[in-house]
Amino acid sequence: MGATQAYIRGRKLITERPGLVVVSAIAVLLFLDLVRRILTGATLISTVAGYVWNGTVIGLIIGLAGIGLSLTYSILNFANFSHGDYLTVGAFSGWTASYLVAGLGTATIGELFLLNASPRDIGITATAEPLSIVAGLVVAIVMTILIALLIDRLVYEPMRDAGGISLLIASIGVALALRYFVVFVYGTSLRGLTAGDVPKVSPTIVDGTITIDAHEATLVVSAVLLMLGIHVFLQQTKFGKAMRAMSDNKDLARVTGIPTERVIQWTWLLGAGLAGSAGYLIALKRGSMGFNLGWVLLLLIFAAVILGGIGSIYGAMIGGVIIGIVRNLSLVWLPTDFSLAAAFLIMILILLFRPEGIFGGVKTA
Amino acid sequence: MVTVSESPRESGETAETADRADATATHDTDYPLRVEGLRKEFGGITAVDGATFEVEAGSLTGLIGPNGAGKSTTFNCITGIYEPTDGAVYFDGEDVTGLEPYQVAQRGLVRTFQIARELGEMTVLENVMLAPRDQRGEALWRSVTPGVRGGVVEQEAEVRDRAWEMLEFFEIDHLAEEFAGNLSGGQRKLLEMARVLMTDPEMVLLDEPLAGVNPSLENKLLDHIHDLRADGYTFLLVEHDMEVIMENCEHVIVMHQGSVLAEGDAEDIRSNESVIEAYLGEDV
Amino acid sequence: MSPVADTTEQFTTDDLAEFTRESSAATALGALALVWVALSVLSLVGVGGIVPPLRELVMVLAVYAGLVFAIGALWRYSKSDALLIVGVMLALYVVFGVAMVVFLELPLNGLVNTLRRITFLSAVYAMLVLALNLHWGYTGLFNIGVAGFMAIGVYTMAIISGPELGLGLPLPLGIVGGVLASALVGLIAALPALRLDADYLAIVTVAFSEIIRLTLNSSVFAEMTLFGTTVGTGGGQGIRTPENPIRAIFYTDPGDTSAGLTPVGDVLFEVTGSLKVFLVSGVGIRDSVVIGLAYVIALVAIVAAFYWLLRRIGNSPFGRVLKAIREDEMVANSLGKDTQLFKIKTFMVGCALMGLAGILWRGSTGFTIPSDYMPIQTFYIFLALIIGGAGSNTGSVLGGIVFATLLFEGPPQLARIIPVLLDDLFGLQITDAPNTSIEAIAPLSSLDVTPFIAYSLENISTLRFIFLGVLIVYLMQNRPEGLLGHRKESAAAVDLSAGRNGGGDRE
Repeated sequence: MGATQAYIRGRKLITERPGLVVVSAIAVLLFLDLVRRILTGATLISTVAGYVWNGTVIGLIIGLAGIGLSLTYSILNFANFSHGDYLTVGAFSGWTASYLVAGLGTATIGELFLLNASPRDIGITATAEPLSIVAGLVVAIVMTILIALLIDRLVYEPMRDAGGISLLIASIGVALALRYFVVFVYGTSLRGLTAGDVPKVSPTIVDGTITIDAHEATLVVSAVLLMLGIHVFLQQTKFGKAMRAMSDNKDLARVTGIPTERVIQWTWLLGAGLAGSAGYLIALKRGSMGFNLGWVLLLLIFAAVILGGIGSIYGAMIGGVIIGIVRNLSLVWLPTDFSLAAAFLIMILILLFRPEGIFGGVKTA
Repeated sequence: MVTVSESPRESGETAETADRADATATHDTDYPLRVEGLRKEFGGITAVDGATFEVEAGSLTGLIGPNGAGKSTTFNCITGIYEPTDGAVYFDGEDVTGLEPYQVAQRGLVRTFQIARELGEMTVLENVMLAPRDQRGEALWRSVTPGVRGGVVEQEAEVRDRAWEMLEFFEIDHLAEEFAGNLSGGQRKLLEMARVLMTDPEMVLLDEPLAGVNPSLENKLLDHIHDLRADGYTFLLVEHDMEVIMENCEHVIVMHQGSVLAEGDAEDIRSNESVIEAYLGEDV
Repeated sequence: MSPVADTTEQFTTDDLAEFTRESSAATALGALALVWVALSVLSLVGVGGIVPPLRELVMVLAVYAGLVFAIGALWRYSKSDALLIVGVMLALYVVFGVAMVVFLELPLNGLVNTLRRITFLSAVYAMLVLALNLHWGYTGLFNIGVAGFMAIGVYTMAIISGPELGLGLPLPLGIVGGVLASALVGLIAALPALRLDADYLAIVTVAFSEIIRLTLNSSVFAEMTLFGTTVGTGGGQGIRTPENPIRAIFYTDPGDTSAGLTPVGDVLFEVTGSLKVFLVSGVGIRDSVVIGLAYVIALVAIVAAFYWLLRRIGNSPFGRVLKAIREDEMVANSLGKDTQLFKIKTFMVGCALMGLAGILWRGSTGFTIPSDYMPIQTFYIFLALIIGGAGSNTGSVLGGIVFATLLFEGPPQLARIIPVLLDDLFGLQITDAPNTSIEAIAPLSSLDVTPFIAYSLENISTLRFIFLGVLIVYLMQNRPEGLLGHRKESAAAVDLSAGRNGGGDRE
């Protein structure tokens, strides 16, 4: 009996484990190689630090957007493929507001509204026009929330009892309609947004410098403040606690009589608000945007959510930062063309070997 | 009463000739199912704790126990849905511990589910025709290749005819072309039994086949089970309702807190002190 | 028994609805015919103005109503799925043809070319939808990486047989290689991913297809030397695919048209080129259109082969297990089916067919680039499958046809017709479209709709995306089973009703 069991276990080990073993081995090898590169001077520490900084900046955006995706995934029980386009909606509506605030008088309303005025004339930077940035961020959040609530009303509410796959397919439809509505209004061009001298600092890291500009700083401060706000909301308010409960266990929440529909509304409100702000901020950091802004980030956001464990809000935040850093660090070995592919690959590997996420089991409570 | 034309082990012969002695003669053992020291833990909770029992060939054995006694987990360990933490399951003398469900089923040990799991968007007939083992047409190339497909079609005709007989036996043949999802709860239970028997099993594990069934259908199902047993099938029956087990099973296994508390015929069990204690508060 | 009784009742209501639809189509047809007669009389008397163009429009609408009626009847009474498919395709030819000729006064060449294009798109979509139906419709495998598997097929073929950046090996080798590569990549994706839940599988497959596209897009593999030959993906610039072999029917040297025509080409070009008398205007059918037409005929034959193959897979014990996996994998497994193996086989076969369809589509046009394989391509195929009805092979073909013609090719053609109509009927000149949406919307306040219409027509492809998105949502909310979903396309290799009471002597 023992022998046969050992045989069966051994066989299972051989058939199921080797992938994990190989993946772990590669990860260890890569880390050792990074150490070797730094020691031999093939890669500068400051270069690595630059990657980490850039990765953190992008990662915070992904994490911010990931919170909403994670919430809707666990509470509404479907993978929302239109979440990326909520970022696009936020970015476009927010920047329209910023242009209107900063540029009134320098260009026609039409040019400002459609962001067709020359960025040079408007001259938005975080330091030159801080008010327009704040206004833009607020409008981005509000507009995205409104759109998300409207879509929930029109699309998802009639489908509450539908399966996750039906909702997923419907969300693909929403993604298409939303994205090309933006195209219909704004057009397909990639447009510059900011202009002028963005103040920057260049601290020295051991063997070189890294650059941190004011827009990245704005992004980091805003993202961290929003995350802290979410944290307080979830820990201190009644609805926050209800959402955590539902996120962790939907059936339990139903039984204990938490008002499901209202929690769902709050879920969209939070998720869309954060997505809108993330869209606005990433456009600020890049200084330009196109209609594909959110869609191309979507898979990265999924990667962050899966990495952090679906339903875990803090997991999504950390997952986002990890994905951002991994994507940038991959530049040590890979050409730029492959950094996106590398992030997707990490996500696939996580799904295959640890579908519950790297913090698996750690709940939001 | 109509009998099924193919008994479990005498394909080709008529059921009338298949008596129990013949049926058991082809076995390695008189006890096709043996469970030894079965343990199953879920993250620190032990659902099954060293269960050991045997099921005699051709018998209708009952497995009872209060809620949480580990009956369903035992079933799932036997049929490969869970991998046991420890212990072993033998079927026909072969160690089947840790095999995949389909491997267990291919050896002739099949199960029904507590909540009937019909394949909703397949017709009743398709549901039943899915079941037989060793269908040639399940190999993709045989189903597709011209010339070879002839053999597939030939066997399909046999399977179809047997399926019709099976549906007639369970008196659901008038629903054959209906989507299984449109059936009532009781009809689903009958379909599930028909489907399992179509695999030509050696032994059938019935997981609460009478749960949620009205009394007249309950009697019908029990009649079917007795008829089939007379044809040489072996049954292990999990039931929550103790009376059903006591009245119908010649051998009863009582589980409590993950292990076997008592075994014997209905009388033994009725008079067993520890069983009464375990069921204290319940109507024995 | 009551649930069964309920469905019978449902069928009756369905019948009634169908009857109402058909009778309303017939009424519309009759009414339109009457109006047409009236308008004809008026124009004969010499009434001008709006009457003649209105008469044209009414005539076209009457033809359309007749088609709806005919297809409805075919739908209900035809026992043959093939007849239904052919009927729908022919009806769509008439829909396009009549509009092209009446409103756009398209010359024969343009007309033939339009019909060729919609047939081409219908054929390639039908193949892709059939392949996806095997995954999603039959087995419930939610693969949204179709574009990636197409790309693998096309690029492998181009690298094996392509004229530049390819090894220049014979084309059949390239096609077989492409199909095998798609199957193999399918296996690599499937082995681990098929253990996952449907929504995880969706994310993995779409990520997989994006990795493939990004890799093909990368400059790293654009060019390299292998066995002394320069091979590669061509990066973002794309890659040339081999000459379409159909050209060999017409040219003695397919690669060099100046080398001369084959006897077949000589005769055919002579005939098609001289069809000038027909439809008055201009030239006969151009040689390039004739070649394209020949290829489309070949494609239609291949669609028939796809259909045959997938029917055969579906109507078999193998297909029965696939359906069971879709409905409840644990049940199939507990009945002794090695479901994992079935899923892997199915995934590979489906991916191979996707690769082949990709080759026949993107590999036939001389040139392909990575952006041909964006996720949107996959969503198109999915939408076509949802329209047709997941689980039905006939529905898959119909879905492919309806999507490719009405939804994909329809809007741009409509955008060409609408200005003509507006001009004829209301004298509304749709001139240059404004550049921005504001310039289009602002005049609406003074009731000037022209700029907005012009802007919308100019951006018809954008509106098409919005429409497709809304359509997906509508279908998921109201008709998730599609045109032909929930059909009892029985998964068995024999006639099932034949066995009734045929299995022996009963009491």
